[in-house]
Amino acid sequence: MVETGHFALILALVLSLVQSLVPLYGAHKGDARLMAVGGPVTVTGFAMIALSFAALTVAYVQSDFSVTNVWENSHSLQPLIYKFTGTWGNHEGSMLLWVLILSFFGALVAAFGGNLPATLRANVLAVQGWIGTAFLLFILITSNPFARLVPAPIEGKDLNPILQDIGLAVHPPLLYLGYVGFSVCFSFAVAALIEGRIDAAWARWVRPWTLAAWVFLTGGIAMGSYWAYYELGWGGFWFWDPVENASFMPWLSGTALLHSAIVMEKRSALKIWTLLLAILTFSLSLLGTFLVRSGVLTSVHSFASDPSRGVFILCILTLFIGGSLALFALRASSLTAGGIFHPISREGALVLNNLFLTTATATVLIGTLYPLIVEAMFGDKISVGEPFFNLTFGPLMIPLLVVVPFGPLLAWKRGDVFAVAQRLMFAFGAALLAVLVTYLFIDGASVFAALGAGLAAWLVLGALTDLALKAGIGNVAPDVALRRFLGLPRSVFGTAIAHLGLGLTLLGIVGVLSFEKEAILVMKPGQVMEISGHSLRFDGLTPVRGPNFTEEQGNFSLLDAGGQPSAVIMSSKRFYPVRQMPTTEAGIKTMWLSQLYISLGDEAGDGSVVVRVWWKPLVTLIWGGSLVMMLGGFVSLLDRRLRVGAPARRKSAQAKTSPVTP
Amino acid sequence: MTRKQKRLSVIAGALAFLGAATALTFYALGQKASYFYMPADLQTATLQPGQRIRLGGLVEGGSIVRGQGTQVEFSVTDSEKTVKVRYTGILPDLFREGQGVITEGSFGPDNEFIADSVLAKHDENYMPKEVADSLKAKGVWQETTQ
Repeated sequence: MVETGHFALILALVLSLVQSLVPLYGAHKGDARLMAVGGPVTVTGFAMIALSFAALTVAYVQSDFSVTNVWENSHSLQPLIYKFTGTWGNHEGSMLLWVLILSFFGALVAAFGGNLPATLRANVLAVQGWIGTAFLLFILITSNPFARLVPAPIEGKDLNPILQDIGLAVHPPLLYLGYVGFSVCFSFAVAALIEGRIDAAWARWVRPWTLAAWVFLTGGIAMGSYWAYYELGWGGFWFWDPVENASFMPWLSGTALLHSAIVMEKRSALKIWTLLLAILTFSLSLLGTFLVRSGVLTSVHSFASDPSRGVFILCILTLFIGGSLALFALRASSLTAGGIFHPISREGALVLNNLFLTTATATVLIGTLYPLIVEAMFGDKISVGEPFFNLTFGPLMIPLLVVVPFGPLLAWKRGDVFAVAQRLMFAFGAALLAVLVTYLFIDGASVFAALGAGLAAWLVLGALTDLALKAGIGNVAPDVALRRFLGLPRSVFGTAIAHLGLGLTLLGIVGVLSFEKEAILVMKPGQVMEISGHSLRFDGLTPVRGPNFTEEQGNFSLLDAGGQPSAVIMSSKRFYPVRQMPTTEAGIKTMWLSQLYISLGDEAGDGSVVVRVWWKPLVTLIWGGSLVMMLGGFVSLLDRRLRVGAPARRKSAQAKTSPVTP
Repeated sequence: MTRKQKRLSVIAGALAFLGAATALTFYALGQKASYFYMPADLQTATLQPGQRIRLGGLVEGGSIVRGQGTQVEFSVTDSEKTVKVRYTGILPDLFREGQGVITEGSFGPDNEFIADSVLAKHDENYMPKEVADSLKAKGVWQETTQ
């Protein structure tokens, strides 16, 4: 089975080479038969990689330690779910997952791209093929997951205990679906450059892929954030760690791409810019892959560093980013420029959105790469952390968030800010009220906290105002308004829901940053502590033996007003003997939107233990808001215009409206 | 305004915005990036009082002294020089004597390093990269193979 997987992977490489060249040549020569090769080859390539991935998974599930990769990252006593997820809990396996998802997207384009012009489809598949070839070569040359080990050891070296968590089942696949999903936008952009032709229809074809990738990336980042929050025992949700930034940069520029593609689709403007953003977004995904996989950064994500791998990925990175940008420089001038519009308009608002988001992406990029550059050039080791990002990223985000509710309400072509401001009066008044209530009635509220809460309320109410106005609530009879509301395009709902989710996430962040309470103390069994009006009793430590670890479980009782236990919270310190590694398992009790978070420190010997307790108000909104954003993207994806199979344009109309530019 | 003037003013506005963002970024890099030092590097370094730095090295054997509650003191060494570090809070899971750590904070008035965060490695093979590089440069690095 293992060798089958290896052969399937080699076969996939060969198919990928065919996919890279034949359709491209066919599109160049106008040969329909050669172009048609692309589809089946792509789907077969996907099947081969899926077979290969399945082979590795089987080796993991069966604990086949004759495979080096399995021996290094698995153990026979691990629970089945971690044997399974351990498949991608290591460098080789996670790269295999990367190409699996890449080929999956290629297969989707092949399967559902029937309404694309044949040459565009052929070129898109060819570009997907180039990326696939590069990464398959990378895996086969430097990171072969199927290498055998003779003699086969009896027992494996265990998966990194931090990764032995359900988060590993969700976070990497979602993140990769996002990262790699942007490859489709990249391929569309490069294909458009090769053909030297781009029009509004291009944006309509690219937008669903962008939306899908964005939804997954949002989920992947949010899941990663929640995982780090509960698993590392530090209670933080974002550390501005380079690895986090690596996933955040494509998200920011992907969000910009999502918005600029709307302008391109509706108004046929910003064409070249949208194309550039599509290239940059996937370039940032590649950069993220390089930063995380090459070992230049040390983090829980860098499994093993091998210099040859770093150099290889750097070559891929240079080739694709440099190549696509060079192509862009050569061809962009030959593309027909888009229309011009009034700065105060929906288009203008979306341009502003892009200006802020891309600048924010740039600051994150600089903050992430600066330490690497300084070290390479001067040998100084520096670190750029939260203070830097608070000073640069924060000031960029706040004005952007303030203008978000205006965007969807402005008319295309020529908008009227004052009219929109009048319509937003209610939302503005309510946000102001939120500021005052927060400042006056919540203990310890700073001006920052009050303004933050107001901004969050502004975003949420602005999104609702948009829906209410578009349904005509207040202007027409309720039954008419209801009918109009239900008849609104899905994309309008999608926009409002996503913006509302953004407001919720912001509210969560403001809640935690401003009103979090923390206590570090030594607790004896039976001792009661108070935090933010909650009484917590420490009931003592119990030793527990797990399947592949031992742990000291700290039992805590949450006491109600009468001093009776109303809930039990368990927080523990685990020890994984195979890797000789302790981990902290935080005890978390969710109370409505807030959480009580307990993490254990060292034991003092007499049964007392160092305990770190946080009260995290509204913390779940950070991830809940992200889920709402995902929902918004998903609803948008269901819009009629974007639905797969919806007739894009008639053939005859297409021939007329798309002049071939040489 | 003519169309051309309008377009120019939009472009000028965007450029001014980018300029401001760039200036802020470089200001922030100058102010907020914290440098990494090993104990021996501190002799030659010129530090402002209260300047945040990252101090890395090995936790000296037998130097961990637990104080009241969650206070702890330990020494960070690069086998050449040793710096005393004071920290209040929970130490990372993998904090042990003889292990590599990075502490972040600033020097207090009595020349003790007051750390507000202590990072230890994520798994048993991992050594903070800065620490490993510096130890290699000083020739006290031992390759720990299993």
